[in-house]
Amino acid sequence: MGYLGGDYDVIVIGAGHAGCEAALASARMGCETLLLTINLDMVAFMPCNPSIGGPAKGHVVREIDALGGEMGRNIDKTFIQMRMLNTGKGPAVHALRAQADKFLYQHTMKETIEKTEHLTLRQGMAEDLIVEDGVCRGVITKTGAEYRAKAVVLTTGTYLRGKVIIGELMYESGPNNQQPSIKLSETLRRIGLELARFKTGTPPRVHQDTIDFSKTEIQPGDDNPKYFSFETIYAEQANDQIPCWLTYTSEETHKIINDNLHRAPMFSGQIEGTGPRYCPSIEDKIVRFADKPKHQIFLEPEGRNTKEYYVQGLSTSMPEDVQLNILRSIPGLEKVEMMRTGYAIEYDAVVPTQLWPSLETKIVSGLFTAGQINGTSGYEEAAGQGIMAGINAARKVKGEEPVIIERSAGYIGVMIDDLVTKGTNEPYRLLTSRAEYRLLLRHDNADLRLTPLGHAIGLIPEERYARFLEKKAKVEAEIERLKETRFKPDEQVLGLLASRESAPIQNTVDGVTLLRRPEITYADLEKLSPSPVELTDDIKEQVEIQIKYAGYIDKQLQQVERLAKMEKKRIPENIDYSIIHGLATEAKQKLDKVRPLSLGQASRISGVTPSDLSILLVHLEQFNRTKAASGG
Amino acid sequence: MTEDTIAAVATALGEGSIAVVRISGPEAVEKIAPLFRSKTDLRQAPTHTVNYGWMVDPVNGAVLDEVLVTVMKGPRSFTAEDVVEISTHGGIVAVQAVLELVLRSGIRMAEPGEFTKRAFLNGRIDLAQAEAVIDLIRSKSNRAFQIAQKQSEGALSKRIVPLRQKLLELLAHVEVNIDYPEHDVADMTAASIKETCGEALKTVEELLKTAAEGKILREGIVTAIVGRPNAGKSSLLNALAQENKAIVTDIPGTTRDIIEETVSLAGIPLRLLDTAGIRETSDVVERIGVERSRGALNEADLILLVLNHAEPLHEDERQLLEELADRPAIVVVNKMDLAGDLELDEVRKRFDEDRIVRISAKEGAGIEALEKAVSKLFFGGGIESEDLTYVSNARHIALLHQAGQSLKDAMASSDEGIPIDLIQIDLASAWERLGEIVGDTASESLLDQIFSQFCLGK
Repeated sequence: MGYLGGDYDVIVIGAGHAGCEAALASARMGCETLLLTINLDMVAFMPCNPSIGGPAKGHVVREIDALGGEMGRNIDKTFIQMRMLNTGKGPAVHALRAQADKFLYQHTMKETIEKTEHLTLRQGMAEDLIVEDGVCRGVITKTGAEYRAKAVVLTTGTYLRGKVIIGELMYESGPNNQQPSIKLSETLRRIGLELARFKTGTPPRVHQDTIDFSKTEIQPGDDNPKYFSFETIYAEQANDQIPCWLTYTSEETHKIINDNLHRAPMFSGQIEGTGPRYCPSIEDKIVRFADKPKHQIFLEPEGRNTKEYYVQGLSTSMPEDVQLNILRSIPGLEKVEMMRTGYAIEYDAVVPTQLWPSLETKIVSGLFTAGQINGTSGYEEAAGQGIMAGINAARKVKGEEPVIIERSAGYIGVMIDDLVTKGTNEPYRLLTSRAEYRLLLRHDNADLRLTPLGHAIGLIPEERYARFLEKKAKVEAEIERLKETRFKPDEQVLGLLASRESAPIQNTVDGVTLLRRPEITYADLEKLSPSPVELTDDIKEQVEIQIKYAGYIDKQLQQVERLAKMEKKRIPENIDYSIIHGLATEAKQKLDKVRPLSLGQASRISGVTPSDLSILLVHLEQFNRTKAASGG
Repeated sequence: MTEDTIAAVATALGEGSIAVVRISGPEAVEKIAPLFRSKTDLRQAPTHTVNYGWMVDPVNGAVLDEVLVTVMKGPRSFTAEDVVEISTHGGIVAVQAVLELVLRSGIRMAEPGEFTKRAFLNGRIDLAQAEAVIDLIRSKSNRAFQIAQKQSEGALSKRIVPLRQKLLELLAHVEVNIDYPEHDVADMTAASIKETCGEALKTVEELLKTAAEGKILREGIVTAIVGRPNAGKSSLLNALAQENKAIVTDIPGTTRDIIEETVSLAGIPLRLLDTAGIRETSDVVERIGVERSRGALNEADLILLVLNHAEPLHEDERQLLEELADRPAIVVVNKMDLAGDLELDEVRKRFDEDRIVRISAKEGAGIEALEKAVSKLFFGGGIESEDLTYVSNARHIALLHQAGQSLKDAMASSDEGIPIDLIQIDLASAWERLGEIVGDTASESLLDQIFSQFCLGK
């Protein structure tokens, strides 16, 4: 009954946010790629909130764009609202967040995939993996098609043995009542992967015409929005944005929830999976923070041509009747009609310490995993892993070394390093506080950090790279110019300083010195001494940030420099920790499990002490010297 | 791997006539030169020369000690890096002060065995010695770990832990403002950052002041002397006090009748519990009663059980032997000058020969053996450089200074209207430095704090 469906370089299983990026990256790198999905209508579907970006997440979208990925371009084409968050704080934590037209987002992504060379999109449920001698050679679908490949990327999201829970009701299901993937989970266990059970959830959706917006506060988009992609110059929707609305839970809401806790699966023990602390259900919030009198509820439109609204803040797995009562206890929603019921979903995830930093599994060569299957949460986190898994699968096929983004080069690097080094005991969400070099990993400089890499691996076309180089050169030239430009304490300069409540200068100073004053902006200097060449706002912003925060930036760069030697000190993949004399037993076990590729990665494993690292270092030196002595 | 510059005391802890602080790394000469007042500028000093002068605190010009400073430029040095060695006067105080000064200049305290590790990595030590190098690192770190464990229960930790908690709450609040900008958590204001930092700074400065008075420096091993009446506890006490002329200090305890006395045994400070009780009544066990003697036993890091060689084992003593077998205890068989009725075999059933010492307190005989036994119990043998009992305090002081500086920076930045995500860098640095003192540098605790302090989520 089986038949040979085709021969590919790379197969990607699952067309969510991770799968789309993985498949596009692989195909754009010239690999014949098959993208399999259970349901062709679910490509790049947003099963939860209809938005993309925010702190750390928005940074990742820009990093994906800088590497040549699709998420940034796709949301720029399909947003219905764009906001820059954290503008009152430092430039490193400014964060772009978009509300998406979730249907348009899907269609646009699907169209891009369909038009991409070397990429085949097909409906089919992968149930088995072909593994020969520890190497993954392809997949077999439910309908009996056998697809051969040199590398396989699993991006199964929450589909693996998915189970939906709504109050007392429980049934096997993927997100949004899709078919779950049961057999593939069994396959993964069979090939020896350790799986964890995680849980997440989504709130109900309601009908726009039954909301009384007069009882809520409007949350508009930005007037002159920025975009995610460094390539987007202008988007038409900027002038036709749709607002979100803010309301709050009431005393009545809390009472309804407290009265019905015995019916909440979270507390009745029905849910076995570990849920994320940062995305708790409303019942969880009310129990854990009983003192808090009200919680924010954001009403977010799901698209331009739909009446559905997403009720952010009300993620719940309460029974349907309770959900309706909860909704109607909220100001503005007294007469609301619920269109979709909120639910919790449990699913299997791969324990991510079983992966190399390339996202390839350690036990099966050529098998990569990315996205929610690796224990993360969020579209952006998924997409960030997806592009890396796609890149590394393609490189594996071509016989090239994997690409690993350092923690000091991107949030994507921080996330993957955290996952494969420390693992996670709850769905992992990126936060800017997870980055030790937050000031280096800015939203504004993602292109400077990663576009050269994107170009080197073949995802950034030459013309885009040329534009990037030109921008970079202009930034550097303008900083040089300001260093050389002298400002005398004349009437014009002193007048400007006075108007900014800045202390007057006594002697001639250069532009950099002036710009370092917190109250002086690039725009101020520009008035006194405009650049001889025309500069874009982007470039001006970059010049200002690099000069203004140079002190802090340099400090972090020095830290990176200090640790760079540790990061560069390689540990052989096949090292036998059990025979290293002097290593503590705990360190031996942990090192053997994680199998870090560098001393830096080893240093981040909990339970590995500085003396264990010293001993490991001495051992490596001994090993190298012995090898050198034997001429090996 | 070229490294940063490190320092540690390189001579044996104790009463030697000189002590040496060794500094190794690319900035060794450059960082020490400004601290050294002499005819010669260290930067100009030829390699392998000894230079006479004084160590001076550049902040207030105070002279710390008269010293000899040796400069050895790499690769002709122990570590093959630039090495500076400062020979100070012996004892604890001078070397401590010099090390503290060196660490305050931004040089890092060496990790256990780090000089040797560098010597090996830089090819100064033969490949055949690799295992010995590893053993050295392991044993020194184990020892440092034990000491750190003790310190984590000490007075300093008790002050620092709540301080860190306050900073952690502040950090969590700042992080929530950054990562959840639309959440209904009020923005952390410059005023409240300043307030919390100001309070923290006050505590840090108080701690530095106590450190300067030498109280922290003299934390030693808390020692209980127990035994039956007439076993010879008080004569042991007198012998210890006499043998080691240096009684360092008398610290009044929290209750009026407990007086602690510190004696130095083989360079290890021992804080003797309830010495007044021993002297007054020669009978701790009886006088203080079972409950209190239990208390003293539980509190002690070291227990000296004194047995009388001239008498057979008493039932109380059998019980004590059983109880103390798994504790850091040493059996001191006193009155060896008298004929013995003591059943030593029974003692040997529970205690290794290493932990049994024979003395005659009256004749002052056997104290050396006791020194060896204590030293072996706590340091696995001879005491040498880099032992952290007192040196780590210099490290603590340097860390407190660094934490204080970060707090001051955070306060100054708040005044200048610097954004909170940049002030956070200084806050986090203060929190981390204080964490190094109490041995807690886990970054996960910040996330735990964020999610327990704030109700977040979509």
